[in-house]
Amino acid sequence: MSAPAVVLRDISCTFPPSSRGGQPYTAVRDVSLTIADGEFVSVVGPTGCGKSTLLNVTAGLLTPSTGSVDIFGESLSGLNRRAGYMFQAEALMPWRTAIQNVMAGLEMRGIDPVESRTRATEWLSRVGLRGRGDAYLHQLSGGMRKRVALAQILILEPQILLMDEPFGALDVQTRQLMENELLALWSANRKSVIFITHDLEEAISMSDRVVVMSAGPASRPIGEFPIDLPRPRDVAEIRLTPEFLKIHAAIWETMRDEVLKGYQQHERA
Amino acid sequence: MSGHDTLPPLWRLNVYRLALFVAAMLGWHVLTQSKILPPFFFGEPLKVFAQIWKWFSSGSIYPHLAITLLETMLAFFGGTLLGLVAGLWLGLKPTASALLSPYLKALNSMPRLILAPIFAVWFGLGLWSKVALGISIVFFLVFFNVYHGVREVNPVVLANARMLGASKRQLLRMVYVPSAMTWVFASLHNAVGMAFVGAVIGEYLGSVKGIGYLILEAEGIFDINAVLGGVITLTLFAYGLDMIVTWAERRLLRWQPN
Repeated sequence: MSAPAVVLRDISCTFPPSSRGGQPYTAVRDVSLTIADGEFVSVVGPTGCGKSTLLNVTAGLLTPSTGSVDIFGESLSGLNRRAGYMFQAEALMPWRTAIQNVMAGLEMRGIDPVESRTRATEWLSRVGLRGRGDAYLHQLSGGMRKRVALAQILILEPQILLMDEPFGALDVQTRQLMENELLALWSANRKSVIFITHDLEEAISMSDRVVVMSAGPASRPIGEFPIDLPRPRDVAEIRLTPEFLKIHAAIWETMRDEVLKGYQQHERA
Repeated sequence: MSGHDTLPPLWRLNVYRLALFVAAMLGWHVLTQSKILPPFFFGEPLKVFAQIWKWFSSGSIYPHLAITLLETMLAFFGGTLLGLVAGLWLGLKPTASALLSPYLKALNSMPRLILAPIFAVWFGLGLWSKVALGISIVFFLVFFNVYHGVREVNPVVLANARMLGASKRQLLRMVYVPSAMTWVFASLHNAVGMAFVGAVIGEYLGSVKGIGYLILEAEGIFDINAVLGGVITLTLFAYGLDMIVTWAERRLLRWQPN
């Protein structure tokens, strides 16, 4: 068997206090997590539980205070070159058109511009943006910008996809559309995915496995649930099946107290 | 925004603008002809424009205009380029910028025009002392804007570009510079005017050529009409340069909404 795509071993991240006299903040403590090659794993948890911190560690953007990261059996140092990262916030370059954004990664790798353009055009139509390549970002809707971001990452064919609440800002219909499209793209060419969300339904409907995190600070996984629903799935329809509801109830049982805790901490802060 | 939709169409706006100009000139003319305002101090519009016409038709103003524009351009481009490079560099080097920041702030708050005599001593009464004065003003304008622009780069856009595989140089070219351009253009409008200030004040304080010299000469013989003619000529050219900057801004910042 080949090495797992991602192994997080005893990861802790402590940040220095933001003001003098403040307390250092431990976002996550002793987190161990393994993602198999081609596996779609969602990480859910209450607001402020350090989900993004884990993703930044896996991406190599953040060095953990303790613990280690292995990517396909190799210890990670520096940026994770095998990973594509889809950020929660707008991350595209607004001074570039849609197609120039999709081409950016190829341009950085020194690939011939003509070929880059051909491939970017292909990817734009694959994410449903045929003919919109020359639009600037402010001319596109939020959903379209997410599609551009997706194409920008997938064109580089990363083996690992890191997604930080990528569809959080979208309306429900657009969101389900994007979820289905992501699943279709993923099934065609299975990468390992770490999908961060606070939406349990989204997590269950898309993943092979759901990891539940405790409320922060010093957040850690408190439950893992395999999702053995059949694929291909339609994220809207699958939510109505009894199997889905059973899994949802089981996970929610574990999550409820943590969400409540997270909410109270949020209120206090 | 109720005033927005009642804005008249552009051609009518232009007619109004022209009417405003004619009315102002007419007012000036009537006030000075009737001696309510003494023409000796306030000039006479007809004589002012006659003077401008004479300068341009005889061609006697061209050498002066050429030298002033050359000084302005050199100060503008030189100051902008230096400001851009220094702003990018210091924006990306926190230690160097922490070290230099009190000195830069002190230099910036110094009234730069008092450097004119020093520059005259260093560079003589010719072109370069004026260029140096202009650069000393333009540089700081552009520098501080670029510096802020670099510091204000969206960290998510930056992280995204890094994850896509950008090298340090690519980050500079693809993220920092375009992101700072918004700030640069905000400063360039001021910089154009300031480059003119540097050139003309420099000429005014000591030179043998240029519009500033022309004004100084006219003042020496109490020819207020020629002084005003010089001022109006300068204003027109400064306005023209500002329009070129606006045009470049529209082209380069096409990606921005509106």
